[in-house]
Amino acid sequence: MSETAATAVMPVIRIEHLYKEYLTGAGAVPVLHELDVTVMPGEFVAIMGPSGSGKSTFMNILGCLDVATRGSYWLNGRDVNQQSSDELAHLRNQVIGFVFQGFNLLPRASLEDNVALPLIYRGVKRAERLARAYEMLEKVGLGQYRYSRPNQISGGQQQRVAIARALVNQPKLILADEPTGNLDTHTSQEIMALFTELNQRDGITVVLVTHEADIAGYAQRLVRLTDGNIVYDGPVEHAAEHLESTA
Amino acid sequence: MIGAMLSEAWQAMHANRMRTFLTMLGMVIGVGAVIMMLAIGQGVQQKVAASIASMGSNLFIILSGSTTSGGARMGSGAVPTLTVSDAQALEELPGIAAVAPAQPGTAQLVYGPNNWSTQVYGTTPSYLTVRDWTMASGANFTDSDVRSATRVALLGQTVVQNLFGSEDPIGKTIRIKNSPYVVLGVLGAKGQSLDGRDQDDTVIVPVTTAQRKLFGSQFAGSVRFIMAQAVSADAMPAAEKAMNELLRQRHHIRNGEDDDFSVRNLTAMANTAAETTQVLSLMLGAIASISLLVGGIGIMNIMLVSVTERTREIGIRMAIGACGRDVLLQFLLEAIIISIIGCFIGVLLGIGGALVVEKVTGLGVVVTVMSIVLAFSVAAAVGIFFGWYPARKASRLKPIDALRFQ
Ligand SMILES: Nc1ncnc2c1ncn2[C@@H]1O[C@H](COP(=O)(O)OP(=O)(O)O)[C@@H](O)[C@H]1O
Ligand SMILES: [Mg+2]
Repeated sequence: MSETAATAVMPVIRIEHLYKEYLTGAGAVPVLHELDVTVMPGEFVAIMGPSGSGKSTFMNILGCLDVATRGSYWLNGRDVNQQSSDELAHLRNQVIGFVFQGFNLLPRASLEDNVALPLIYRGVKRAERLARAYEMLEKVGLGQYRYSRPNQISGGQQQRVAIARALVNQPKLILADEPTGNLDTHTSQEIMALFTELNQRDGITVVLVTHEADIAGYAQRLVRLTDGNIVYDGPVEHAAEHLESTA
Repeated sequence: MIGAMLSEAWQAMHANRMRTFLTMLGMVIGVGAVIMMLAIGQGVQQKVAASIASMGSNLFIILSGSTTSGGARMGSGAVPTLTVSDAQALEELPGIAAVAPAQPGTAQLVYGPNNWSTQVYGTTPSYLTVRDWTMASGANFTDSDVRSATRVALLGQTVVQNLFGSEDPIGKTIRIKNSPYVVLGVLGAKGQSLDGRDQDDTVIVPVTTAQRKLFGSQFAGSVRFIMAQAVSADAMPAAEKAMNELLRQRHHIRNGEDDDFSVRNLTAMANTAAETTQVLSLMLGAIASISLLVGGIGIMNIMLVSVTERTREIGIRMAIGACGRDVLLQFLLEAIIISIIGCFIGVLLGIGGALVVEKVTGLGVVVTVMSIVLAFSVAAAVGIFFGWYPARKASRLKPIDALRFQ
C-alpha cells in the first residue's frame, strides 16, 4: 500500500446530501434531510439528538447496514452506493467495527468465539483466530473470561466483549449506537475511557451516539441532530447549549 | 472456513438437541424404510430367481385334458390324453433337447418305524436332464428299469430326512403303498418352487412302475403331463409350434376342434413371475421413498423455523462481515449434516429391521451396497434440496431488517 499525501488526508466518512425516508403504511416518512458530514481519520465524534431524531438511522447507514434513499456516501474513499452486497459485507468486516446498545453477542458462543467471529468471515485459521480473540479480550481486560458465555458476565463486561469483537479486525472506524445506553454511570465511564484510549493511542476514528452530555464530553466533536437535520456540527467545547442531555 | 462452519453448525444443532433429533427422526425413518424395503424386495427377487433356476431351463410343460365331453369342458390334466409314446415322438422334434412324461400321485412311504406321505412321480431317466437335477448320491434308474417296470426309487432330500434321518438310504428297501422299492439314489437339493412347494419332498420311480403297479392309469400308457426342454431359449417359439402341430396330428384333432392338451412355456411364465416381483420390490422402494420425501419436508420445515428464530443472529453475523454466501452455507450445512447423520442411523436401523424381518418371517433379505449408496445420495440430495430454500431465504435478508427483527 502506498500512503501518498492525497490518501493520508482522505476522509474516513464523506457524506453529501444524504436523504433517507422510510416507507410506512402512511406513505414515505422522511427521517434524514440532505445531510453533509465529513469525518477525518482520528476524529472522535459524538452524535446527540432527541429520541426519534434519526440518530440510529444515520448510524445504520454509516455502518453499511442500511442504505440511504438518496445522496452519496464514501467510506474510506469508496463509494458505498457502488458496492455489491458482498463488498459491503467485506467493508463491514474490515473497515468498520460496530458496537450496539444491546451488545448483540451470540448467546451460545463463548466470549472467545464471539470475539473471533469476524475472523471466520476473513478465512483466518482457527489457531490464529483464537490467539487474536484472546489478545483483544486481554486488551479490554477480560482475558480470564475467554471461555465464559455472555450471560455469565455483567452488562459492562458484555459491552467490552462487543468492543473487543469490533476491534479484532483492526478497523479504521468504530461506530457505536448508544453503547452506554444500558449501563450504569460508573460502567459507562469505563467504556468511554476505553473508546478514548482506542481513539488517542491507536488512532481509530470513533463515531458514537449518546443521550448524555457527559458521555458526549469524551469526544472532540459534536454533531447534533434534530428531526433529521444537523443543527450543530463543531467542537464539543463551544457547544454548551447543545450538550444538554436528551434522555 | 468450512471447519469453523461445521463446528458452528454442530453448536447450533447441539443447542436445539430435541428439535435436531426430531428432524433427524424423519430422515432416519425414511432411509430405514427404503433400506428395509429394498432388502426385502431383493430377498424376494433372489428367492424367485433361485426357484426359477431350480426349475430347469427352457422348459415346457404339456398338460393333458381340456377335452370337451358332452359340452362340458374339462380342466387341464383332468383327463389323461397324453401317452409315453407322445413323449417319445416329441423328443424327435428339432429344437427339443429332452422330454420326460410324468405320472404323479400321492403315496404313503414306510421305512422301518418311519412313514411319510409324499408326491411320487413316475417318469423316465431323462426327467433329471429336463429339470437340470443332479444326484446327490447313488445313480439314476435306466431305460431298462422303465421297460421292465422295476420297483426302484430315487428319493428327494426331505424324504430321506424323514424316512432315514442320518442313515444312508442307498440300496435300502422302502415300502411304497406296501410294495417294496429299492432306493437307487438320492436327488440333490432344489429348495422351494415358485409356488412355494418343497421340491425335495418327492420320490421318482419309473413311469411304467407308476402306471402299472402304483397308481394305474386310465388307459395303457397314459400320463398326466409331459415335460420338454428346448435346446435354447431362441428355439422355444418354434418348438412350441412344432409340438402343438405334432400332438394335434397324433391325437387326430381336426381343424377347428379344440386341443385335448395344452402346451405351456414354463420359462416364460417364470420370467413373468420374476418381472412381477421386480416391479413389486420397486414399488416397495417407491413407497418407502415417500417417507424419505416427508422426512425432507420435515427438514425444510424445521430449517424455516430455525431461520426465523435466528434472524437476529443472522443480522449480527451480517453486521460483522458475513456475506450472503456465508449465511447460506451455514444453514445448508446444518440441513446436510442432519440428513447425512439421519441417513447413517437410518441405514443401520434399516439393516437391523431387515434382519429382524428375516428372523421373524424366515424370508431371505439382501441388503446391497447399491441400496445403501442410493439411500445415502438421496438423503444428501434431499438435505440440499430442502435445506436450500430456507438457507437462501436467510442469506437474502438485509442486515438491518435482520437486526431489527424481534
Ligand atoms: N424501520 C423503520 N420503519 C419506519 N420508520 C422508522 C423505522 N426505523 C425508524 N423509524 C422512524 O424514523 C425516525 C428515526 O428513528 P431512529 O433513527 O431510530 O431515531 P433515534 O435513533 O434518533 O431515536 C423515528 O420517527 C422512527 O419512528
Ligand atoms: Mg436510536
